Amino acid sequence: MVFVICYLIVICTLVFDIKTMVWTRKDLLGLEELTKEELELILSTAESFKEVSSREIKKVPALRGKTVVNLFYEPSTRTRVSFEVAAKRLSADVINIATETSSVKKGETLIDTGRNIEALKADIIVMRHNCSGAALMLARNLHISVVNAGDGWHEHPTQALLDIFTLKEKLGRIEGLNVVIVGDIAHSRVARSNIWGLTKLGARVTVCAPKILIPPAIEEMGVSVSCDIDEALKNADSVNVLRMQFERDGQTAFPKQLEYFKEFGITQERLKKAKKDIIVMHPGPINRGIEMSSGVADGANSVILEQVTNGIAVRMAALFLVSQANEKTKNEDIN
Amino acid sequence: MSSLMKEKAKILDREGISRSIMRIAHEIVEKNKGIENLCLIGIRNRGVYLAQRLAACIKGIEGKDVLTGALDITLYRDDLALASGQPIVRKTEIDFDINEKILILVDDVLYTGRTIRAALDALIDFGRPKSIQLAVLVDRGHRELPIRADYAGKNIPTAKNETIEVRLSEIDDLDEVVIIDKDNDK
Repeated sequence: MVFVICYLIVICTLVFDIKTMVWTRKDLLGLEELTKEELELILSTAESFKEVSSREIKKVPALRGKTVVNLFYEPSTRTRVSFEVAAKRLSADVINIATETSSVKKGETLIDTGRNIEALKADIIVMRHNCSGAALMLARNLHISVVNAGDGWHEHPTQALLDIFTLKEKLGRIEGLNVVIVGDIAHSRVARSNIWGLTKLGARVTVCAPKILIPPAIEEMGVSVSCDIDEALKNADSVNVLRMQFERDGQTAFPKQLEYFKEFGITQERLKKAKKDIIVMHPGPINRGIEMSSGVADGANSVILEQVTNGIAVRMAALFLVSQANEKTKNEDIN
Repeated sequence: MSSLMKEKAKILDREGISRSIMRIAHEIVEKNKGIENLCLIGIRNRGVYLAQRLAACIKGIEGKDVLTGALDITLYRDDLALASGQPIVRKTEIDFDINEKILILVDDVLYTGRTIRAALDALIDFGRPKSIQLAVLVDRGHRELPIRADYAGKNIPTAKNETIEVRLSEIDDLDEVVIIDKDNDK
């Protein structure tokens, strides 16, 4: 009898409370596996958190007593500091581990590192790693939450989320927008995450790069491909300019810097042929004069610094939601 | 969810709610001898609509606008981990300085008092008001903290397995306050 009542309650909850989206994932590893509703939940939560940063006292007690560990296997300014600020605004304690100066140098494995951090009773690990899939592997082997701050070429979910958040703030919607992503698409986790997020929310995405930097079969992700930036920019509502990643490049087949700037660089001249109020984005750090001119980087169409500010709100939302989900799971296990 | 819980009785209908709000508005103006430095802060969600209605009444009485804000207390709750369902974080909107102001917190139902405790915590981060008063539409008893309402629309003693639902036409279909018998399925 009780079982029947519970079953009925569940059905009624599903039917009547469909708007109450619940976040149940203990980790944020990528945008590929998220539903449209989950994406929208993070974005609307981020909007509420944006207000916190405009207060005199920029703190809320939501993650009080929780410990967030930044585990970065690759260098970072923006992402690492952004996560640290976000965690501190939620009143969490933050520990930073730069693997250059850690026991990883002595050969300690990823899972061992993760398990030791878990044994130190941390609650969330924010990890950036040079191997695609590292975040998932860590998440599977730990009970605590893992937030992916970039894994190899695979995904950089919070970057894409803050890009989408900024776009939505500027243009009011994502659905139906024409978004161009230009740069080293093949090696870009920012591109991949953006593609997943934007297509799920109904945008039309075009990737643009020299042929050698376009991964084969990328059309299967639901994007158009172009090797002509002027053509691609014609109807674009926004262009997301990726950094040309010279530190990953070992091959001489890659286009030289100045040639790239001439063919694909976003300059004020180029923007004259695009929509007047096209939104120009860049995940940072900018290589001025290679993928973008200084004029554009500092110009009126650029929202690059706003992206950085929005990154705090988005990361606060991500940390809050995974922490909540994990707490709930822990409580259910106890009961 | 409410189709499985039994609606026991209707306590207030549309006119009842409207009269309670009108009386509270008059009491606020009377107690504070006018509306100087007064501001209303509604606790999301329904407290916000009640605060707006109060502001409209007060404007009718005194002829002047009252500053109104909205406070989301989700991040200050003491039961975040235990809450059933996802606590939805909404925006706090207080666009004015609260220092030296007389703040009237407005909420629909006063029960354990923990929501108000959370609201007080949230407000401290915004500044130092001259004083904080509390106006609620319904006080249902069962306080777990030393908190009391300065203005109450109705005092309704309830049992722990009952719940009070305030419905407002701004987001529900109609205006009414009902007592509901919760299913005891623990």
